[in-house]
Amino acid sequence: MTQYIIRRLLIAIPSLLGISVVLFTVLALAPGDPFEELATNPNVPAEVRAALRAKFGLDDPVWLRYWHWINAMARGDWGFSFVSRVNVDTLILQRLPTTLFVIGMAQIVALLVAIPVGVYAATRPYSVFDQIATTLAFIGFSLPTFFTGLVLILIFSIWLDWLPFVYRADLQATGWNWIVEQFKQSIMPIMVLGLALGGSLTRYVRSSVLDVIRLDYVTTARSKGLGEKVVIVKHVVRNALIPVVTLLALQMPGIFGGAIVTEQIFRIPGIGSLLISSILANDTPVVMAVTFVFACLVVLFNLIADILYGWLDPRISYS
Amino acid sequence: MAGSTPASATAKPAAPSAGRGSAGQVPQRPSAPVRSPAREAWRKFRRHKLAVVGATILGVLVAAILIGPFFWTVPINEIDFSAKLQGPSAKHPLGTDDLGQDLLARMLYGGRISLAVGLAAMLVAIIVGTIIGAVAGMSRGWVGTALMWLTDLFLSLPQLPLLLLVIYLFRDALKSVFGPEGGIFILIVLVIGGLRWMPVARLVRAQFLSLREKEFVEAARALGASRMRLVVRHILPNALGPVIVAATIDVALAIIAESTLSFLGLGFPPDIPTWGRLLFDAKDNLDFAPHWALFPGAAIFLTVLAINFIGDGLRDALDPRRVL
Repeated sequence: MTQYIIRRLLIAIPSLLGISVVLFTVLALAPGDPFEELATNPNVPAEVRAALRAKFGLDDPVWLRYWHWINAMARGDWGFSFVSRVNVDTLILQRLPTTLFVIGMAQIVALLVAIPVGVYAATRPYSVFDQIATTLAFIGFSLPTFFTGLVLILIFSIWLDWLPFVYRADLQATGWNWIVEQFKQSIMPIMVLGLALGGSLTRYVRSSVLDVIRLDYVTTARSKGLGEKVVIVKHVVRNALIPVVTLLALQMPGIFGGAIVTEQIFRIPGIGSLLISSILANDTPVVMAVTFVFACLVVLFNLIADILYGWLDPRISYS
Repeated sequence: MAGSTPASATAKPAAPSAGRGSAGQVPQRPSAPVRSPAREAWRKFRRHKLAVVGATILGVLVAAILIGPFFWTVPINEIDFSAKLQGPSAKHPLGTDDLGQDLLARMLYGGRISLAVGLAAMLVAIIVGTIIGAVAGMSRGWVGTALMWLTDLFLSLPQLPLLLLVIYLFRDALKSVFGPEGGIFILIVLVIGGLRWMPVARLVRAQFLSLREKEFVEAARALGASRMRLVVRHILPNALGPVIVAATIDVALAIIAESTLSFLGLGFPPDIPTWGRLLFDAKDNLDFAPHWALFPGAAIFLTVLAINFIGDGLRDALDPRRVL
C-alpha cells in the first residue's frame, strides 16, 4: 500500500509539471505584454519599466522564464494583484475555504440523492420508478447551472421572498442565528451544483449496480438464503460504489466549471468569482495563480481518488 | 457480460430470448430479413421513445432557427424605448428587452450562432480526437504511450478556467485579425473543441487496439493492404459507432460551454445575441422581466436535453458496448 501511494505521488508530480507547462505556454504565446498595466501608467518612466522588465526577466529566453516562474510558484511567491495590491496567495487563501465548502456540500448532496435512487432503480430495472428516475437524471444533467441558478433565484428570492440571493461572507448574526442565516444563503448555490452533479452520478450508480448485480457471488449470496436487503446493501452496493469514487474525481474539472458559474450568479466570494473579476480587470497575476490553483486541486483530487481506489479495491495495488 | 442490458432504462429491453440464454442456445430468428447496418440502427433508434421525442424537438428548433427569420422579419436591433421590458404580447411573442428589442427575432438569430458553435466545436474535437486516438491505437512503441500521457494530462486540466484564460489572453489579437464576430467565433470554437478531444481519443484508441487484432484486419494485411488503407477502409468504419455517439454529446457540451462563456460576459459581444449572451443581459432584470431570462434559458435547456436524448438513443443503436 505504501509503495502504491508513493507510486501515485510520483505520477502526480509530472502531471502537475505538465499542466504548468501548458499554462505557461498559453501565457507565453499570448500577444501583448502581461505587464502592460505598468507600461500604460504615465507615472512609471521608461527607465523604470526597462528595469522592471529586466527584474522580472521578460527579455530572457522562454525556458529561463518558465524556470523562474515555476520556482516562484513553488516557493509560494505568487506576486501581487495589479488591482488591489494585495499578495496573490493571501487573496486566494482568503477565498479558497468558501469555494471548497460549497463544492464539498454539493458533492454530499449529489451522493445523498444519487446512491439511494441509483441503487433502487437498478434493483428494479425498467420499472416505472427506474424510467422516471432515469429521465429525471437526464433532465438534471442537461440543465445548465446558470439556468437553474436563475430559475431558483426567480422562484425563491423574487416570487416567494424566502431566501437571499446574495451570499455574504461577513454575516452579522451570531450563534444559532448565524447557522440559520448561513443555511439560508448557501442552500440555493449548493442545490444548483448538487443537482447538476447528482444527475450524471445517478446514472453512473445505476449502471454500476447493474453490472455487479449479475455477478455470480450475488447469486451465491441469494441462494444462501440471505434477505434481499442484506444482499443489496452488504454485497452489491459495496462493490458497485468503488468505480463511483473514480467518477467523483473525474468530474472534478467539470465541478470547478459549475462552481465558477454558481459563484458568479450568487456572488459568492470564492476563487471562481475572483477569477472572473480579475479577468474583467486585466489582473494577470491573479488570473494565472487562480487557474494554477484549480489545476492543482484537480490533480490533488485525482490523487485522493487513486489512493482511495487502491484502498477500496486491493486488486489494483498489486498490478 | 453479454451486454444484454441497454444503458438506459427508457429503451425497451431487447427481444426476451436474446442474450439471456446460456451459451448453448444461440437465439435464432429464422425468418428475420437481412437488414443493412444503417436500417438496423434506425430500427433500434426508433425503439428508444425519448430519443425520437428528442429528435422531434431538435428538428422543430432547428427548423425554427433556419426558416423562422424568413417569416419573422422584425430586425434584431430595432430599438423602441416605448416598448421596453414588456412581457409576451401579440406584437412581441416573446417580449422585449431593456432597449425594446424583439426577443423572438434575437433568439432566432442567436440560436444560429449557438448551434453553429456547437457543431463546429464538435467537428474540431472529433477530428483531433480521432487522429490522436488512431495514431495511438496503431503505434506499438513510445508514440502511443506519449499520446495517452498527453490525453491524461489534458483530461486533468480544469476546463472552464483554462477556457477563460485563453479567451482573456487571445481575445484582442484575434479580434484585430478576423473582426469582432469572426475572431470570437474562431477562438471559441477552437478552444472549446481543443479542450474536448480527449474522451474521443480514448474511445478511438480502445476501439483500434481491439480491432487491429481481428481476423478481417489480418486478412486485409495478408492481401497487401497498406497501413493507411487498413486504418481508413477497415478499422475506422468499424470504430465509428461510439465516435458518433460521443460527437452527439459533444455538440450539447459545446453549446453549454459557449453559453457559459457568454453568460459570464466573456463570450460573444452584446450585438451578437447568442442564447447565453441574452441570459447574461437578462440576469440583472430578473425581478421585473423574468421572461427575458426564461425563454433563452429554456431554449438552451431544450436543445441540450434533446441532443442528449438523441445521443442516448444512438448509443443503444450504434454502440455495441452499451455502457456509459
